[in-house]
Amino acid sequence: MDRLIENYLNAQVLAEAFPKVLDGFGVTVAVSLLVIVVGISFGLVLAILRVMNVKVINAFIVAYVDIFRTLPQLVVIIFIYFALPYVDINLSPFTTTVLALGAVLSAFASEIFWSAIKALPRGQWDAASALGFGFFRTLFSIILPQAVRLAIPLLTNRAIAISKGTALGTAVSLPEALGQAQSVTAIVANPSPLTLAAAFYLTFFIPLVVASRWIEHRYGRGHGH
Amino acid sequence: MELFIDNFANLDSLKQIYPLLLQGLQLTFLIALVSLPLAVAAGLLIGIIYSFGNRPLNAFLIVYIDVLRSFPVLVLLILIFYSLPFLGLNLGGFAAVVLALVLNNSGYYGEIFRAGILSVPKGQREAANALGFSSIQTVTFIILPQAIRNVLAPLASNSLELVKTTSIASLVALPELLRSARVAQEQTYNPTPLMAAAVIFFILLWPAARYVARLERRILASR
Repeated sequence: MDRLIENYLNAQVLAEAFPKVLDGFGVTVAVSLLVIVVGISFGLVLAILRVMNVKVINAFIVAYVDIFRTLPQLVVIIFIYFALPYVDINLSPFTTTVLALGAVLSAFASEIFWSAIKALPRGQWDAASALGFGFFRTLFSIILPQAVRLAIPLLTNRAIAISKGTALGTAVSLPEALGQAQSVTAIVANPSPLTLAAAFYLTFFIPLVVASRWIEHRYGRGHGH
Repeated sequence: MELFIDNFANLDSLKQIYPLLLQGLQLTFLIALVSLPLAVAAGLLIGIIYSFGNRPLNAFLIVYIDVLRSFPVLVLLILIFYSLPFLGLNLGGFAAVVLALVLNNSGYYGEIFRAGILSVPKGQREAANALGFSSIQTVTFIILPQAIRNVLAPLASNSLELVKTTSIASLVALPELLRSARVAQEQTYNPTPLMAAAVIFFILLWPAARYVARLERRILASR
């Protein structure tokens, strides 16, 4: 028991590591939120572009979606950070992580939005056009409000799962909570800072996971239309 | 274009490093092959125990599921890999990765099976009871087949994510596909190996990704 406390909850080490890990947590939160905003908004843009049904554009979108939905997040991060500099594209760890995870989330999000749009009855479009609505007006005031509602449970789960990938930024020395904790651990030869990082991550993600459970219950199977 | 080919599809570099990539791929397969069944089994167990409806136990299971779903798998892995040796427990990279993947995914699979089993109407269980099925028979032959069909999409999707997540093993110096590609890139001063690893991952996982997308589309369409 003493050994557990000594190694996981060492008060002195925790106090020493706290400011650094807290700084790291700031980065974690910033990257996670940016990933969600970038991923979902770009995903929505892609889905809207796809509705316009231009063949060439759609082929590009489908390829983009398939690539980023299929590749492991860490592979995308490592590729951007370590391979792109060879063609003179140098991105900071922060930009790399946001871009990589944002691209992955946007691929999933666009697919979810697109499927939701497709799932709406065709009659919605017909009725709107019978009422004299133009394409964009139909899309924005009739179709999207319903599609977004339909998409919400799947979308929340994906957004949370992918923003948890922020920790992967350590692989390209992004100074987020986990990376900071690891560097303090190496210096003081005691793993208590890792406990701290885990606690920070849990503080951030437990409310999100609990909220997603509630959202799923509210909009989920058999409740939504 | 030449810059692109030199850097991302350099044949000399590829010839030199492909044995390394092949070895890496084997390890990636091995990690997935060991972790996936263990994680599914753990999740299934959680789902089945939940279905017995013991209140305090179920409250505990929900907390377990939500905590593990909130834990980024890399945080879990680093915690396991770097802190257990301080307690005199040296797991080694492979066991640490498997443990992290299984713990993390037991939460995900647990939630999926739990929801799946709950989605089967209560009458099924009652009818099975009336017909004299034991509770184990009821779960195995009546409840699970229906439950699994109801949650096939998240089940497939999560399994694909698990396989993709094996790449975090590279961060504890386990020479799976991604790590091998990084090593090869540093040896050859050329990122072709990274491109090759990405292409290999894509080719292997793409059919699964398409299948998952089709299942998810069906769910949305049925709402």
